[in-house]
Amino acid sequence: MSIEFRKELFADERDDGLNEIGKPKLRQDIEGHVTGRTAYYDDHLLDGLLHMRCVRSPHHHARVRSIDTSEAERMKGVRRVVHADDVPHNLNTLLSLIGFGKDDEQLLSNPIVRYRGEPVLAIVADTEAIARAGCAAIRVDWEVLPHVLDVEEAIAPGAPSVNPAYPDNTFTYEPYDHVKLRFGDVQSGFAQADHIVEAEYEMSPIEQAPIETCGAIAAPETADRYVCHTGTQALFFSLGTTAKLLDLPSSRLHFIGGTVGGGFGGKVDSITEPMAVLGAMLTGRPVKFQWDREEEMQVGAPRGAERWRIKDGVTSDGRILARQFTGFFDAGAYTRLSSYAGHKGTGHLPGPYTIPNVASNVFCVYTNRTPATAMRGFGVTGVDFAIECHMDRVAEAVGIDPISLRILNAYRDGDMKAHRRVAKNCALVESCQVVAGKAGWGLSTDDMAANSLVGSSAERAAIPETALDDEGKAGERRAGRATTADPVPGTRRLPAGTHGDAKEAIPVQRPDMQILAERVGHKIPEPAAATAVTPQKVATPTPTPPSTPTMPPAMAPSSHVAAPLPKPTAATTAAEPAKPAPYKPEKPFSQGVNRPGVSRFLSGSRRR
Amino acid sequence: MAKRPISFTLNGTETGIFVNEGQNLLEALRREAGDLSPKFGCGQGTCGACTILIDGAPHLGCLTLAEAAQGRSIETTSGLADGPDLHPLQRAFMEGFAAQCGFCTSGMLMAAKALLVTNPHPTRDEVIEAISGNLCRCTGYEPIVDAILDAAIRLQGRVA
Amino acid sequence: MTIHHGRGFACINYPIGMNLGGDPAQALVHSTPDGKFMVTLSAIDLGQGMKSVTRQIAAEALGVPIEDVYVDTADSDTGPHDMGSFASRGTHRVGNAVIRAASEARAQMMEAAAEELEVNATDLDTDGLGNIQVKGAPTRSITVAETAIAAQFKQGRTLSGRGIFLIEPSGVDPDTGEMSPVTTYAHAALIVDLCVDDETGEVEVQKINSAYEVGRALNPKLVEQQLIGGAWMGISHALYETTEPYYPDRSHGPNDFNTYLMPGPGEIVPHDIAVLERPAADAPYGGKGPGEMCANPVLPAVANAVYNAVGVRVDKLPITPEKILRGLQANGGARPGPRRPGA
Repeated sequence: MSIEFRKELFADERDDGLNEIGKPKLRQDIEGHVTGRTAYYDDHLLDGLLHMRCVRSPHHHARVRSIDTSEAERMKGVRRVVHADDVPHNLNTLLSLIGFGKDDEQLLSNPIVRYRGEPVLAIVADTEAIARAGCAAIRVDWEVLPHVLDVEEAIAPGAPSVNPAYPDNTFTYEPYDHVKLRFGDVQSGFAQADHIVEAEYEMSPIEQAPIETCGAIAAPETADRYVCHTGTQALFFSLGTTAKLLDLPSSRLHFIGGTVGGGFGGKVDSITEPMAVLGAMLTGRPVKFQWDREEEMQVGAPRGAERWRIKDGVTSDGRILARQFTGFFDAGAYTRLSSYAGHKGTGHLPGPYTIPNVASNVFCVYTNRTPATAMRGFGVTGVDFAIECHMDRVAEAVGIDPISLRILNAYRDGDMKAHRRVAKNCALVESCQVVAGKAGWGLSTDDMAANSLVGSSAERAAIPETALDDEGKAGERRAGRATTADPVPGTRRLPAGTHGDAKEAIPVQRPDMQILAERVGHKIPEPAAATAVTPQKVATPTPTPPSTPTMPPAMAPSSHVAAPLPKPTAATTAAEPAKPAPYKPEKPFSQGVNRPGVSRFLSGSRRR
Repeated sequence: MAKRPISFTLNGTETGIFVNEGQNLLEALRREAGDLSPKFGCGQGTCGACTILIDGAPHLGCLTLAEAAQGRSIETTSGLADGPDLHPLQRAFMEGFAAQCGFCTSGMLMAAKALLVTNPHPTRDEVIEAISGNLCRCTGYEPIVDAILDAAIRLQGRVA
Repeated sequence: MTIHHGRGFACINYPIGMNLGGDPAQALVHSTPDGKFMVTLSAIDLGQGMKSVTRQIAAEALGVPIEDVYVDTADSDTGPHDMGSFASRGTHRVGNAVIRAASEARAQMMEAAAEELEVNATDLDTDGLGNIQVKGAPTRSITVAETAIAAQFKQGRTLSGRGIFLIEPSGVDPDTGEMSPVTTYAHAALIVDLCVDDETGEVEVQKINSAYEVGRALNPKLVEQQLIGGAWMGISHALYETTEPYYPDRSHGPNDFNTYLMPGPGEIVPHDIAVLERPAADAPYGGKGPGEMCANPVLPAVANAVYNAVGVRVDKLPITPEKILRGLQANGGARPGPRRPGA
């Protein structure tokens, strides 16, 4: 292994003379790690600790006809059998804390299970061994129901319905059953292309596999509160989810964590915390709920499977004129975070390249498998695999060097991205050049001369007229009225230049919280490099004044680099008479807008 | 369930605890003896996070019956330092950035100590073999292997 | 049996922070009576170094040595709200919240020192060693400790600060997909050299060359930890890992680490890394989060190298020997691709 820091690149944008930043300081937590003194959630010894384990479904989809707990209840050391109706508010979806999606998952499921491994009952016992024996003694009478495991089978007419909150097996991105991305017109791009390159890619589920398994220990504390030691990746997500499921004011919960034995995305789902606190509520004693390795592998939510189809239209010299995606995130039986991946994956398209025509349909699909959730690179890893394998295919089809193809199509400062925001702070070209140099992969003089700061143009910065369609409204597909999952040709046109505003950091609430300009540590380059070649922007009266007088210029990104192409003004309208009025959507953007930021469950008691 | 008394030496200290029939040594050390340095990672003998030394040889706490510790000498990461002075292995792991989440570290240190006691000048391949039963999900292993080799140099002239 | 060499390339960018914003982080900073600083968070350190990087950021923003700062996280009774450790948001969001909290505490500290030295606070600066000096006249100075003691016991002033950082939440246009996903991206480009055994279908990765652009390496050793470990995980994802090897069929799922495969210490791949630093305008000292993006380019680079070696495109992860052998069978044997430059 070797590592080098290429300080000469972008040196004029950094102050490398900082006091502590940039220094190889030892980790604050390292002495605890090497002495074994670091306290993870399981490293709290509580007297009278009880152990909780779950009875789980052996079927992909089934109805519970009856449960016989009598043998387990007679066992010495079994303290409590926990039923679904012991959960005070037994329906939730993780992102309800930010107001996104419908409640669709029970903590303990009854009467329907929708994936193999779904918990229906829990046993709290004196030892883990007794809890296991108690679970084994539970008799469940199952009525097996039809199931579906493939994402495209799940959206076909007649497929079994997986999740009653989304009976058509797709998360609803109002008003559609998928996320659309439309930029330009891919059909015209394909028509002008010399090569069409199509392929399909897939990623199977992957386990986060932290060495510490998921878990929590909860106990009655003083003042009518419960303490919960947890390995969560998101302390207040877990606290808020627990408050909601258990119908407790958040003030009665004291969550302690922050020191976690690996996460990689697998410890966001906040399942073990409400289970442990519920156990403590029902028994009045400390309760540990900890997954074993087998549960971690097959019951804990993995990085979900993804399927991507890509179709590129390319010129004979390697310019990608059009790129179309059809993507499927396999959510498994419940939403968890997969709905978010649909948006995040779409926002990532078409990769770090400037392509004038892009269209995508991205689906979040329910199937009868373990719910999927986040993992390192969530929403992006699978699509990057697809895009970069596809770039290799395109390079071969055109007969061009694979790195040269990337540099030719790479996004540059000032380019317009497919989600209608201006690219800035780009460094793809330089990354390509540096790694090629390290590996002795010779590049052409032109490729070595390329630069992320220049190379944009009025054409690359423009938002094209865009083909829109109304295909795939929620419910149409499984009724047989939407026949393809791929983007369809447009039926209406959105004028060129249509865009809204970029969102940026909210300024400090008091001037003293603003770091002094001379202490920021990096320079924000004037946008001149990229915009000099964009007459439209030069004609615009920029820069606009800083949004707050207390904001020093160096920390005012919203007024400089971050600004999107300005909305048409008198100046630009004069230069380009065809420019339409600023875009005003008929409805406000629906998905994700309704974000109170804090759930009502996070303070006070729940209002009914 | 009847509990049975067992006694052993834990990091040089005479220790007596009561254990359940069939209880594993990892759980007994953590819960009954209060030594939290060995970790539960799988309970299947496949991750190595519970690696401890019994009479100097590395064992997996999760696959060892607690009663098998009767009369033995057990070493864990809690006893690795010499009072306030960290062991060279600990220093090498710290300064070599050989831990991220730290959950595998205790087991790694015990596996490494077992190696260096019997083989003070290991080759790189011998280090790799010594920790091949210990999983790490964060580091990619290279800093850990480097740190153990570094510790071997730091230990020259003294006993591991 | 023949061993075929292949070389593959991939490059990526990666969004920093939660998609569509709306993911706040808060921080509190306060001084002890003698001028050490506590940073209180509810952020999560799951090995990526949250405690360490926020400590370094706080020390820089306060203008004091790192030894005089300690980060306490995460206790919901004391640590103010943070969204959590995911979406490569920790450094960017929590780091900015810490800068804001530390800046407010620093402003109080400079006011307290100014009162003791009988000068204007704007005429003072820290030396990073625990002293506050008059600019241009370093002999006129007061220690941070003396300042804190005076503030606490004489002036009746707290040296403390609060910070919150939030990217304004936004939505997605349902017809165009227009959105503001994030404010900055990290970048990576990577070249993998490997060989494929056309009899067994086994792949041995021999070398990785990489370039990672991380905004700023706030702590170069923490960045190095992420990049080495992340590339290891990328290889593991590319060649070994899945809970459902015959997806969408659910059979043959692993239940333990004997059947869930990952590379071990015997399969360490030599990895030569270059770090590029193009600071992001709204990031703490320009630093972007390297933790997630470092694994991503490895997967396609391995797939492209396998294709270059034997002419089999394995488009479904992981790239197992079974899939390679089936591809070789379908192609009637290995079809090595063109020798890549430098290979």
